[in-house]
Amino acid sequence: MLEADNHYNFAYLDEQTKRMIRRAILKAISIPGYQVPFASREMPMPYGWGTGGVQVTAACLVPKDIVKVIDQGADDTTNAVSIRQFFEKTAEVKTTEKTQEASLIQTRHRIPETSLSEGQILVYQVPIPEPLRFIEPRESETRKMHALKEYGLMHVKLYEDIAHHGHIATSYAYPVEVEGRYVMDPSPIPKFDNPKLSNCPALQLFGAGREQRIYALPPYCKVVSLDFEDHPFSQLRADQKCVLCGADESYLDEIIIDNAGSRAFICSDTDFCSSRQANGFAGAGLGEAVL
Amino acid sequence: MNCLFEVAGMSKQYGKQLGCENISFSLYPGEVLGIVGESGSGKSTVLNCLSGQLEPDEGEVYFDSPTKGKVDIWTLTEAEQRHLARTEWAFVHQNPRDGLRMGVSAGGNIGERLMNVGHRHYGKIRQTAIDWMGRVELSEDRLDDRPSVFSGGMQQRLQIARSLVTEPRLIFMDEPTGGLDVSVQARLLDLLRQLVQELGLSVILVTHDLAVVRMLADRMVVMQNGHIVESGLSDQVLDDPQHPYTQLLVSSILQV
Repeated sequence: MLEADNHYNFAYLDEQTKRMIRRAILKAISIPGYQVPFASREMPMPYGWGTGGVQVTAACLVPKDIVKVIDQGADDTTNAVSIRQFFEKTAEVKTTEKTQEASLIQTRHRIPETSLSEGQILVYQVPIPEPLRFIEPRESETRKMHALKEYGLMHVKLYEDIAHHGHIATSYAYPVEVEGRYVMDPSPIPKFDNPKLSNCPALQLFGAGREQRIYALPPYCKVVSLDFEDHPFSQLRADQKCVLCGADESYLDEIIIDNAGSRAFICSDTDFCSSRQANGFAGAGLGEAVL
Repeated sequence: MNCLFEVAGMSKQYGKQLGCENISFSLYPGEVLGIVGESGSGKSTVLNCLSGQLEPDEGEVYFDSPTKGKVDIWTLTEAEQRHLARTEWAFVHQNPRDGLRMGVSAGGNIGERLMNVGHRHYGKIRQTAIDWMGRVELSEDRLDDRPSVFSGGMQQRLQIARSLVTEPRLIFMDEPTGGLDVSVQARLLDLLRQLVQELGLSVILVTHDLAVVRMLADRMVVMQNGHIVESGLSDQVLDDPQHPYTQLLVSSILQV
């Protein structure tokens, strides 16, 4: 455990800033999928490292919270470790790697494999909150399109995918429609995770620091992935088993394991994988390689 | 027969500068109306006020909407205006870059309006796009190419296909042949004349090119300094101009 630094306010941000962010969060929860502007602060980390997620987490934290941070599903990567240490230091909260134990999970690009439960909060780090951005660059126009529910353009993007690749090739940041109203970018989670967004017992909050937007999915909210009648939405998963735990239903990362370029597939969710291994599940193994 | 479009006493000022003043005319279904005049005569101001892009200071712009009957378009909400613009109207810009999405394939460009009004069947959207490529004389195997690799004439034809795919009743055209060389112009005009007749479209056509008016327009109005100075059947106005400015305009055409 790191030593507490008493020069910081609880969870780094000052109380007025946290109130401002909480107001934005409350508004976002009351209008599911709507992007609420907020006065994003400079954080002691670069944009793109989760400044939006960190601010949302800081505004939600209470001293009894137990925090878990994942980056692409893993608890042990740089981004996850540094954000976890940040809250250990500035909020003195307990941290964990166990999905079930955590009361607040900040994530970059994954939803944990283990089902979430009521009372948990999942905070996403969002690089670009506007799903229409790459087809319509004007913010004034995209706002109007959201206001008037003009979402034909989103399908133009999917049309282009099919025209060029024969199927909907968008594999992450796959656009969804929330409660039949707003179209939302679920942040760059793989489309494998999209079905988990819907009817989720946990509260899901999305924070984009550089773009200064917060949006939310309240618990048990209906989320539908966009598609065509003749090209329905489908999940995407490597057709392999995890070499460490043998799981054949989890989302896998393909990794290079030696200088000869040999490849192996392992679960991207490290907590899921290690708890399966602890329960006696095993995969084909890595051979000579050491991770 | 009911008027499709009616303008009554429309004026627009840009500060002290006059855009247009006391513009009145009506347009019937299936009719092509040409608006001619030199640069700065207020043609584009009129067109923008009619097509919901610029709010006039005075006067009314009525459209015979299929759901609401005769309505002043400037009393509609923005949502209703944009719905009209997507379904009942189309706008063909002088520069195809203004009307096309340059980063989206030709098929996606044609399909956009369909998807905007709720079509969600890829196969059907694509088939409609292929049909329209044929109708504007574009080859089907260019369907997945981006308009940025098309020639100017092809871009303009693609823009027309993209606007007509939802079968609008009224089309606004702003110098549709501007910037094209004469042989391409001639083919485009031919195509437009054919489509207008086939589909029974009404067109408000803004141009400075009297030959385009002669070929496409049933009636025309001549504008000078923000006012309509003469109006009538195209052949009548062009063959027997009454107003001194129209006479000047007609006599300025170069003979080859």
